[in-house]
Formats: sequence, structure tokens, C-alpha cells
Amino acid sequence: MYSKKVMDHFMNPRNIGEIPDADGVGTVGNPVCGDLMTMYIKVKDDRLAEVKFKTFGCGAAIATSSMVTVLAKGKTIEEALKITRGDVAESLDGLPPIKMHCSNLAADALHAAIKNYLEKKESKQ
Amino acid sequence: MRKVYMDYAAGMPVDPRVLKTMEPFFMENYGNPSSSHSFGAKPKNAMSESRERVARLVGAEKPEEVIFTSGGTESNNLAIKGVAYRNKEKGNHIITATIEHISVINICKHLQRQGFETTYVPVDRQGMVDSERLKEEITNKTILISVMYANGEIGTIQPIREIGKIAQENQIYFHVDAVAAAGKVPINVSEENIDLLSISSNDMYGPKGIGALYIKKGTRIQPVMQGGGQERGLRSGTENIPGIVGMGKAAEIAQEEMTVEGERSSQLRDKLIKGVLNTIQRSYLNGHPTKRLPNNANLRFSYIEGESLILGLDMLGIQVSSGSACTSKTLEPSHVLLAIGLAHEEAHGSLLFTMGKQNSEDDVDYVLEALPGVVKKLRAMSPLTPKEILR
Repeated sequence: MYSKKVMDHFMNPRNIGEIPDADGVGTVGNPVCGDLMTMYIKVKDDRLAEVKFKTFGCGAAIATSSMVTVLAKGKTIEEALKITRGDVAESLDGLPPIKMHCSNLAADALHAAIKNYLEKKESKQ
Repeated sequence: MRKVYMDYAAGMPVDPRVLKTMEPFFMENYGNPSSSHSFGAKPKNAMSESRERVARLVGAEKPEEVIFTSGGTESNNLAIKGVAYRNKEKGNHIITATIEHISVINICKHLQRQGFETTYVPVDRQGMVDSERLKEEITNKTILISVMYANGEIGTIQPIREIGKIAQENQIYFHVDAVAAAGKVPINVSEENIDLLSISSNDMYGPKGIGALYIKKGTRIQPVMQGGGQERGLRSGTENIPGIVGMGKAAEIAQEEMTVEGERSSQLRDKLIKGVLNTIQRSYLNGHPTKRLPNNANLRFSYIEGESLILGLDMLGIQVSSGSACTSKTLEPSHVLLAIGLAHEEAHGSLLFTMGKQNSEDDVDYVLEALPGVVKKLRAMSPLTPKEILR
């Protein structure tokens, strides 16, 4: 049902974990629905130096979380904000139609983490 | 890689003895049992023999009380709609349970749109229907009680004899969906006061696409499918002779081997349940600890989701099921797990192991070896896992 890439990212997820002194943290989803993702980012010179995640959910939820960290790492804030759900799914060679909406939340979690970083930055200024 | 298939409730192989019995009915004895000429004789005789075998498996007094259908879903449709439509001048009320198979629930919903009323009796935490509560729901409009023999998902075996007695005392028809139970536990429709009983062939090592409905003599019922009047007018359509022959053989084997296989299987089941609960923190058994199907172990793991457990185990050669929303077509968790009072997030973390004849103790050992690692890995990834569990 899943592509080889999805299974690879599910079995060997990249960038798992928390960043204790993260510059931004974003959580989306809800355990009631079966998917919950938390994304952590570390920013250096306006670039995402580190992106890590923790996810509760199905294979697609874990694989998309892993993929978005790979796509975002090293990108500028502006570039990272342009990563869409579609980009994540495409990079994984597609997702089953039923999973496109419910489990493809990783881009949203990344954007939430960036928003959190930008808000923190603004309140400091 | 080692292969351990423990998803027998989803699909099981046909017994080679069953297949062998079916073979002559494809290319040699292909006649129609309704024909008057000699080519109809062999299929006709084979069909009667199968009917007798199925009747014996469920304790029916007469083989004619068994009608062949296309499977469990059709049997449930014929039983519930057939009795509801035929008896609607007497009343429009049906009593069933919240943990019934989705076919029974959707048939009742369909009837509700046509003016019938349904009461869904709740179950306790272990999935047991409260027969006293069921009794209280009876009104003078109640025409049918439908409760499953055992639940295929959480394994709980219902107090069928008690409910049968209640139904009989109140002169209400009693239908039992025994698809998950038939061939695994002894059933006796006569002693248990069952008027209608649905069974399916592919849940007892028979072919798919064939099932049966036991209908006690004298039960007022009408067909739901119109046609040439086969099966005493209750199930029109040319008989699926290879399927019927296969189901008959499967029923005969199931009856012969039930005691031995049931004992063997329940030992494996108990070893698996005990092993998991002892080695994995925050793991729980869903369903009743003792009154459960001999081959069913439904386990739940906090902080993680069932589909990812299935995938993780599949990569190690183990095939199982889950009641998680992420594995369903509707994106809703299993209604059975919700009915026993689990929160959505608890239902998501459930795994269903259903064992069969081809499973051995080595298979259970292999699962017990592989599962803790998969759970641990997913818990390490989950934002819900408390730190002390990871240590």
C-alpha cells in the first residue's frame, strides 16, 4: 500500500528526537484522531540548522515527519515556509489517497515550529 | 525471513481436504441439482450431504433447516430483514448489541430508515452483553433479538444460552451471528434456543463466497432476494455447488477437530497474552480473559498507533490486524473497541492476533521476541510516551 520511500522513512526515520533548547516548537494533530506530531527547530543565520520530530501515528504520519525534516534542514526560513504537504507527499513517491489529508501533517508541524520561532523572535525585539 | 501469519480472522487458507472434496464439482459433476436428468443427481446428493454436515455442526434437528447463502453478510441480511419484514404486523422493534458485526449494525440502520426501531444494548468493559439489561429493553413491539455468538475482534463469547432463554420466554425470534464462533466453539441451536444462526465457510478453512443460515422450522421469514425459488424459496439463484460441498467438508472437519484444536490454540493464545503482558509495560488485553475465542488475542499498547505496529511487525515477517482508525476505510476506530469503553487513542493502539492451525509454539515465541522491540522503537518516537517508560 505504501511506496518504497515511505517504508524506508518509516523503518529508518531521519532526525528523530527532541531539541531541548529549540528555537521553535510546533505541534499539530490530535491523539484522538490517531496522529500527533511535534517538530523542533534550531535556527542559525536565518537557516534551519537542525530539525527534529516526535510523532504518534500511522506509517504515513511517521514517514512524512521524517521526510519534512530532510526537506527543511539547511533551508532558509523563507524557503522552509514554502514546503507544502504536496511537496512532502511527492518526495515520498506519493501517499495512498486516504492518507493525503489525515496523516500528511508534517509540513503543517514544520510551519507551526517556524511560526513559534518568529513569534519568540518578535517578542524579544 | 521467518513468516508468522496471525491474521486468520481476516483470511485463512482452505484446508487441502476441503479443496480435494470440491474439485470434482468444477469439471466433472457440473450439473444443476434442479435438473430432472441424471446429471443433476451427483450435485444434488452432494448438496444434501453438505447440508447434513452443516446441520450437525450447529446442532440443528433437521438438515432442511439449513439454507446456503453467499456468506455471513448475506445470512445476516436474510435473517434480520427476512424476519423483520415478515413479522412487521406484530411489531417493529429489534434488539441487538453495540458490538455486533458491522453488517448487523448496518442492516439495523437500514431497517430504521424504513420505520423499524432498534435498541443497541451496551456491553461491559470486557465486551459482554448484559442479558438482564437486554430483558428490560423488551417491549410488546419486539420481534427480534440479534446477538453474536462471539466477537471476532475482541474474542468475547456471549451468554447465548441465557439470551436464548429470555427470547423464548418472551416469544421473540432470536438470531445469532456465529460467523466468528462456528467451528471454534461448540454450538447447539436446539439447546440454546436459537431460531436463526449465521455462519460462514471461510472462517473455518472452507472456500470464500459461501455461508449458511440455520432457520428453525416454523420461523416466519420471507426471502430478500427474488428468483427461481431455490433453497425452499428463501435463497434463489443457482446453487454454488463447489462452495456448498467445500463448506460441508469444512464443517465436518471443524466438528471432528474442534476439541483438540481448541485446546491447542487456547494454549498458544494464553502464552502469547501472558508473554506480552509480562514483558511490555502499559500493555493490556482487550475482551474477556477467559470467555474468549480460543484463537483470539487482542492487545493494546499505550502511546503508539496500530497501523505503525502492523507495518513494523510486517517488516519482521509477522502479519496481524488492528482496530485503529488508520487501518479502516472510514478513518474511525473500531466500533467494538469504542463500545467496550476505550478512548479513541486507546483504540488506536490495539493489535489483533488471530491464530490458526498453521501456527505453532515457535511462532508465538517469535512474536514475543519481535514485538517488544517494535513497541519500544515506536514509543521512542512518540511525543505521548512518558520519559520513565523509555528507560
